Amino acid sequence: MQPKLLLNAHQIDILLHRLACQLIENHRDFSNAVLIGLQPRGIYLLDRLTECLAQDYDREALTIGKLDITFFRDDFRRSDKPHAASSTEMNIPIEGKDIVFVDDVLYTGRSIRAALTAIESYGRPKTVELLTLIDRRFSRDLPIQPDYVGRQVDALQNDKVTVEWKATHDTDAVYLLKDIL
Amino acid sequence: MNTLSVDHLLGIKYLKEADLQLIFETADHFKEVINRPIKKVPSLRDVTIANLFFENSTRTKLSFELAEKRLSADILNFSAAQSSVKKGETLIDTVNNILAMKVDMVVMRHPNPGAAEFLSKNVDAIVVNAGDGTHEHPTQALLDAYSIRERFGEVAGKRIVIVGDILHSRVALSNIFALNMLGAEVKVCGPKSLLPKHIESLGVTIEPDLKKALSWCDAANMLRVQNERMDKSYFPSIREYTQLYGLTLPLLKSLRKEITILHPGPMNRGVEISSDVADSEHAIILDQVENGVAIRMAVIYLLAAKLIKPQ
Repeated sequence: MQPKLLLNAHQIDILLHRLACQLIENHRDFSNAVLIGLQPRGIYLLDRLTECLAQDYDREALTIGKLDITFFRDDFRRSDKPHAASSTEMNIPIEGKDIVFVDDVLYTGRSIRAALTAIESYGRPKTVELLTLIDRRFSRDLPIQPDYVGRQVDALQNDKVTVEWKATHDTDAVYLLKDIL
Repeated sequence: MNTLSVDHLLGIKYLKEADLQLIFETADHFKEVINRPIKKVPSLRDVTIANLFFENSTRTKLSFELAEKRLSADILNFSAAQSSVKKGETLIDTVNNILAMKVDMVVMRHPNPGAAEFLSKNVDAIVVNAGDGTHEHPTQALLDAYSIRERFGEVAGKRIVIVGDILHSRVALSNIFALNMLGAEVKVCGPKSLLPKHIESLGVTIEPDLKKALSWCDAANMLRVQNERMDKSYFPSIREYTQLYGLTLPLLKSLRKEITILHPGPMNRGVEISSDVADSEHAIILDQVENGVAIRMAVIYLLAAKLIKPQ
């Protein structure tokens, strides 16, 4: 079956601007905020968000980090595919900061649970929020909800939602793939 | 590739180059982990590891223990000196008794070559060889190669000389396998009585003259003279050995090039390496120790992924 296009490049651009504005509403000049992209795919969204904040809203000196959660996952030895770790770049103090996790798709919430444990290794943040481009609602395994959402999507368990960025593909797009898992 | 091609780490010779690269890449991530304010990840919290040391060890034992703790594994420590081995129990019986306590992985150092492989065939647990007699010491070779890779960017094409007691050294053998596999050029240097016959068949060349060997190399791995394994006299005196094969600062300065010095420890200062060399910026001996923890975390993590899934 053909993948269904959920969002095209223009729609994603509008969402990025809205998310940027919502972040500004809560974090003003970002002086106490740290944006953290979750590896491997959250970092592309983080790159685009910071680009949008810098170019269109003059928020240039943002504090950002990239966090890999592989060693904090709860499915080590349980999933069939072994997980490959990605790099972590967290050369920033997070004690007392307002953290925003940035990830492309929120599904079961288990990655976010792992990220919440992983971030403790670096200190005690003041607050932690979650920003996702796609929220697959009604499919959560854990009591975790996003604070900033691009688009809510209803998808079944066998479906897959993929986000493509122009950094890695030709163009920005979000697809729904039916019955593939 | 995300998994190792082997189920046990018995020696470098059983690995493929892709395994070494996977271990190095995983160790890169763990090196970042052990430099965090909280240096621990919960990956192996449902795994139990027994450290069985039938031979004395400080560095390797502490390094394995720390690596296991950083991965949140439960650990058991066993030293032959205070055990029923002295009462005549066999190796398999000792290990099976420990495994009956639900242990998933065994890290073993043993004075007999081949002990780790023997164990892996006879007990139901993942076995990591932490040194078996004069045979192999795979994690030491991995951390040596990893430290060279860290210093130079890559191992391929680099010239490495291994100096000293090659005959009794499991570190030398594992190093030769690892460095050859990664594409380095390897020379061995030492008194003829301490070089095994037919060592060239492993793909290394012999250079009896230390100064020539050092002038040729990018990095030198200085080995300890293993007096405890010597059943007879292999050279006339320590003093003569030091004069011919000891690395001193004047010798290092006479080379007119920068070389990197490795030492697997424990060092005999004033014998194979002088104090001023050991403490100089040429030596990456303490980096090796730090990298040892990251490498052992990587090995244990990658092998633990092969354990049977929890029910």
